[in-house]
Amino acid sequence: MEERWSTEHVLSLASDAAARAAGGRLSSPAAWSRTGCGQGALWGLCQGSGSAPYRTVVEFSTPAYQCSCPSRTLPCKHALGLLLLWSGDRAAVPAGAEPADWAARWLAGRRRRAEPTAAPADPVAARRRADRRAARVAAGAAELRLRLADRVRRGLADPGAAAGGWAEVAARMVDAQAPGLASCAAELDRLPADGQLAGHALLYLLATACERIGELPEPLAHTVRARVGFTVDSAELLAGPTVRDHWLVLGSRDSTDGPLTTRRLWLRGAKTGRSALLLSYGRPGQAPEPTLPTGWLLEAELAFHPGARPLRAVLGPRHGAPGPTPGAPPAEPVSAALAHYGEAVAADPWTESWPVVLRDVRPIATADGWQLTDHQHALPLHATPEQALWRLAAVSGGRPVTVFGECDHRGFTPVTVWDEQGRTTGLTTGGAA
Amino acid sequence: MSTDYWDQLQSAALLGTDRRPLPEPDGSPALQAAAAGVDRTDPATALLELAALTAVRRRAGLLPLPAPAPEPPAGDDERPELPAAAGRRLAVLLAGRAAGTTTQPNLAELLPQWLSLARERGYRPPAAQVPALLEAARARGELRGDAVALAGPLGRWLAERNPQWRYVLRTAGAEGPTGTDLVWQQGLFAERVTHLTRVRRRDPAAALALLAGTWPSERAEDRLLFLDALQEGLSPADEPFLEAALTDRSRNVRATAAELLSTLPGSALGRRMAERAQAAVRLVDGVLLVTPPTACDAAMQHDGIPPKSPTGRGEQAWWLGEVLAATPLSCWTHSFGLPPGRLLALPVADARTQVGAHAGPAADGGPWRDELHEAWARAAVRQGDASWARALLGPPPRRAGSPAVAGAPARLLAVLPPPERALWTAAFLRTHGPGDAFQLLGACATPWTPPLSTAVVAALERAATAGSYPWNHSGVLGLTERSLAPATAPAVAALAADAAPDTAWAETFARLAGTLRFRAEMLAELTGEEI
Repeated sequence: MEERWSTEHVLSLASDAAARAAGGRLSSPAAWSRTGCGQGALWGLCQGSGSAPYRTVVEFSTPAYQCSCPSRTLPCKHALGLLLLWSGDRAAVPAGAEPADWAARWLAGRRRRAEPTAAPADPVAARRRADRRAARVAAGAAELRLRLADRVRRGLADPGAAAGGWAEVAARMVDAQAPGLASCAAELDRLPADGQLAGHALLYLLATACERIGELPEPLAHTVRARVGFTVDSAELLAGPTVRDHWLVLGSRDSTDGPLTTRRLWLRGAKTGRSALLLSYGRPGQAPEPTLPTGWLLEAELAFHPGARPLRAVLGPRHGAPGPTPGAPPAEPVSAALAHYGEAVAADPWTESWPVVLRDVRPIATADGWQLTDHQHALPLHATPEQALWRLAAVSGGRPVTVFGECDHRGFTPVTVWDEQGRTTGLTTGGAA
Repeated sequence: MSTDYWDQLQSAALLGTDRRPLPEPDGSPALQAAAAGVDRTDPATALLELAALTAVRRRAGLLPLPAPAPEPPAGDDERPELPAAAGRRLAVLLAGRAAGTTTQPNLAELLPQWLSLARERGYRPPAAQVPALLEAARARGELRGDAVALAGPLGRWLAERNPQWRYVLRTAGAEGPTGTDLVWQQGLFAERVTHLTRVRRRDPAAALALLAGTWPSERAEDRLLFLDALQEGLSPADEPFLEAALTDRSRNVRATAAELLSTLPGSALGRRMAERAQAAVRLVDGVLLVTPPTACDAAMQHDGIPPKSPTGRGEQAWWLGEVLAATPLSCWTHSFGLPPGRLLALPVADARTQVGAHAGPAADGGPWRDELHEAWARAAVRQGDASWARALLGPPPRRAGSPAVAGAPARLLAVLPPPERALWTAAFLRTHGPGDAFQLLGACATPWTPPLSTAVVAALERAATAGSYPWNHSGVLGLTERSLAPATAPAVAALAADAAPDTAWAETFARLAGTLRFRAEMLAELTGEEI
């Protein structure tokens, strides 16, 4: 039996406000026939203006959507409408039914495709490719160090030195097959003035570490390889040790950079207390997967990317169906949360931020902007969109709440808030645009 | 200290190690020890390494800020929270607000209804949705009263922190603190109008006192709008102030004061107008004899009658119309001893062509008949007189192209009680197209009664079969979406099913049916009734 998703969660899946509105209009029982849910899926027929009704299927676990309508937006308005209908009124959709034949065909096909396929490998050729790449990356890192030193020799304020900008250097790092170094270099142009020196110095540190990767302790070496842009195959990670736990979904945030949407989804293990970050990408007009609802608990195995301070993970086998969990997660005071960020930086100097859950904090507007305070200490809020800030302020109303978000050296970015009754509100997606 | 050291590193990096020497390591012993290991032969690479060391130390050792001074939380809200389904509905309605209004007008049409019913039911919205609610009402002024009341103490708390939502603190319904007369003394114009209206609603005499206190120092255009606020709760207590305003410097202020006085039962202005009116219209041998004023004297001008018609009508007709429109209607029924219907049926003649009083009824109803009836219609609307409005409207016209009703029928209709309005309009619709009834429908109370709803659906069906297009009726369709009785949903659904598939009308009826269902569900969620 699937737990119902909240309407806010369903709305957050929509690609834009128009899709949310269109879905809202298709959320009444009269628009649907032969609906049902069971076996991890939800299906129904929607009568459009044409003669044949549209066939809509939603698979919950991934989740994935299928609809016979011509729209290429995923989820389409029919899938949203069906989900809203189901989320609003359980009785409107008969549960426990066998999927209609057209739904069953699609679901079976999906499961078949999900089976792992073993790729033939040529270990000798792979080894040769890896050696060639390592040499190119090392040469790229050496060049990057020279460029950084030159820049500091002439002065960061020197207008002549800034002319070429870092775009050109970034392009050379792409050629050197070090995409991580490339994006860090490109980022330098976007740093504020008071962040310039730290940005240059930490990139220099990364390039140095990259050249001396053989001398580093193994966990740190993994961290450096990941920062430089060596990717690790998820299937390979999952073949190794995994951490099985009841994982609480702390929250998620989507960001768009060019055509791709990146989704960050944070988990916290109930038993292990470990934090985990799942990264996923979605094509234009399409929500990235997975879309686990904030506040849910799922029992699953996670495989962590190796590193000095492992955080990023891939989702492995799940056990049982996920479901909502009442109440706020375990949380800590501001000082402890900031200390955790500090420990993460000490282990991995390139740590940008660290996920923390703050206990009994209240947002307060000060002359220097909004802060979150627990009576003892405070953290400034930054990089928080207006809409998220006001939702946080509204849920709190000046009273203590539990807030999940990211700590970094500039302050705190809220992602999720739990009110006094322990109800969850996501701050980063959905809601009224 | 290490902060200073970081600053030194920054300024060296800014100017370049070619021009600036490398600062000597400083800070904690651990940092100094680590710095001692840095190869200093190349100042540039040494600077980068020292900066990396220091930056990481600074970040790893970051301390939180001291807690700021506490602030009071939002006031308690004792109202029960919305039922879960209604809360979800609000999220959908607020999300729909952002969508384009051309293709999907229905959610925007339904939000006001939802808000007013939720407010009436005494619910509190989920806190997380209050910002979106305030934002929606910021963009749409007509939502403000209900949205602000619904948002309650949390809405005020948020508005005190967000300048964009300052309107909340000025909107009636958000009970403000005492000492609001400061708003009257120092507020912006819009704030002052709202304040005056609010006070007037609560205590008409206090509002009058407030206005009288600052009256001489107000600008003319402000005086005009403040005067409008007195319309609500008008009583004989206001008469001296309005009489004084008849001598105002501004012509518009004078005219507005006169109009207010003319709607005030038993006012002196009403009596003066009645005298003029009775000099102009006499009942002789069953004929209304009209002697229009020959001049607009100073007294008439003092009573708000402009000497020149703004539309350039004949002077005598203009003066006559102005006098009659400002005359209490009871003047006619009393002095002639006839009810409105009988008075309207009387023939009308020009007194100057009827010398000797051989008054035979004129075949065309007489030269002044239309002016007389038009002026009575204006008076009926102004004075809100239902029996006159009923008589002027008559029965609904049987055929398209029947003689026009005097005055604006929609305005006369608005004077009648709501059920009567609906019946009249329904009868009108049986013989006229929906387009002709647009203004009448707008004057009817919402939601429409079942008979009116049925008449509208039937009229739309006739329009569809007659081959017109839905976009020719977009105004009526918009009204229909927010006003049609939910009970009509099956009839609309049947129309959608019967319409030729994939036509504009099929789509229109399907959408209308969808909107009605949506509305019925949303109302049921708020009232706790089964659909």
